[in-house]
Amino acid sequence: MTIEPLFTVPHAPTNASVTIMFEGSPLRVPAGITVAAALLVGGVREFRSSVVGGVPRAPYCMMGVCFECLVEIDGVPARQSCLIPVREGMVVTRQCGAAHLDEFSFGEEL
Amino acid sequence: MSNQTMTVVGGGLVGAAIAYGALRAGMRVRVLDQGDTAFRASRGNFGLVWVSSKGGKMPRYASWSRDALKLWPNLQKELVDLTDVDAGLEQPGGFWLGFNDADVRARADLLERIDREVGGIPFKMMAPSELRQYLPGIGPAVVGGSYCPLDGHANPLMLLRGLHAALRHRGAEVITGVDVAEIRHHRDNGSFEAVAKDGQNWKSDRIVLAAGLGNAGLASQVGLHAPIASTRGQVLITERLKPFLDYPTNKCRQTREGSVQIGSTSEDVGLDDGTTTDKIEVLARRAVETFPALARARLVRAWGALRPLTPDGYPIYQESASCPGAFLATSHSGVTLAAAHCYVVGPWMAGLSQAPAGFEVFTGDRFLDPAASFSHDH
Repeated sequence: MTIEPLFTVPHAPTNASVTIMFEGSPLRVPAGITVAAALLVGGVREFRSSVVGGVPRAPYCMMGVCFECLVEIDGVPARQSCLIPVREGMVVTRQCGAAHLDEFSFGEEL
Repeated sequence: MSNQTMTVVGGGLVGAAIAYGALRAGMRVRVLDQGDTAFRASRGNFGLVWVSSKGGKMPRYASWSRDALKLWPNLQKELVDLTDVDAGLEQPGGFWLGFNDADVRARADLLERIDREVGGIPFKMMAPSELRQYLPGIGPAVVGGSYCPLDGHANPLMLLRGLHAALRHRGAEVITGVDVAEIRHHRDNGSFEAVAKDGQNWKSDRIVLAAGLGNAGLASQVGLHAPIASTRGQVLITERLKPFLDYPTNKCRQTREGSVQIGSTSEDVGLDDGTTTDKIEVLARRAVETFPALARARLVRAWGALRPLTPDGYPIYQESASCPGAFLATSHSGVTLAAAHCYVVGPWMAGLSQAPAGFEVFTGDRFLDPAASFSHDH
């Protein structure tokens, strides 16, 4: 089954861009788009592994419903990357299986 | 196989378990199940398989629940063997957690009394230091708790699916989308006829009313008394998390799939199975006080469901005196009691075994006493 994204992001020269880190490598992406869109445009095809079967998953709905696009962002696991805009310096990693409560780190007291 | 036919009105956990129990005992069985308009308590259930503290005002209910837990592993295995559906039974024991000393003392008194009156329902009261050996994540708000080694949990949705798969596998007639409005008793030959709103009708030698809230309107047509009202329970569920909770508790449980189910409210709001922000907040706050790490978990859903409750909260199991062959079964503990409904109530209502000993206490007639007053714990 193909998982080529069915959309493209315009790369007009005037568009601003930001650099995020994905799995330790810098990725230069258009500013103002979501993390999920940025990763897809950047060629990422595996966002997470499923909780039960451990198989790779990628975004499906791109509108906050399906929870297939979960990644870890700046240390916070299981974030819906299709709902979160990219930001300069953001650190993103794949979400492997279920989130572990003990590993949550929000940087500030809830 | 028996030449007699039994119709079960209601395909929820109670009806499906009784129907399957009658079927496997040799009865011809038909299940009439309402469509998606049903309130379907079975799909809102919290999933505890639980005896601890039950039957404080009715010892027979405590022993009934205790014995149901012992039968559960058979049902779990039978459904897997027959249908490949895993109802997810786990019985590691369960915890009740208290937030103040008065509640903990009352709990200890209640459990001591039930075990003394009924027997075979062991428990252990624990201070927070001991609780933490089993539940490392509890917060400072928990001042004590009780442990009952018999308690456990299961997946209510898979149980319902497994029972329906087993019914079909063994050749029951399961008809869905049926709104039964009328029960007729033909006195000349003793048979029954269930009539749907759209006029469809089904004849049988026996009939079991297991229609949850719907029993209230059907029972009186065959001489039975079913004063059943609804109490809403709201429940929350988190995203799937790595396992951190090895035992079910009265406030939350982690499912085998990893999500944490947080329950539950008890509200008298009529036939409204919606959710409300204030109750969601109460449940979430209580869960976080119990297990502080849950503050970091995301909730993915909240739902409401209606418990079909009698005035004293205990079930009604009864054969009609005026229309022999008509039975009433109503309970809001369709998960806990599933195996007893299957292996004990099913054959009894099919006429293939005697009424269980001591079941007189479960007749609906107890609510006809004008001098009596009732209350329940929900």
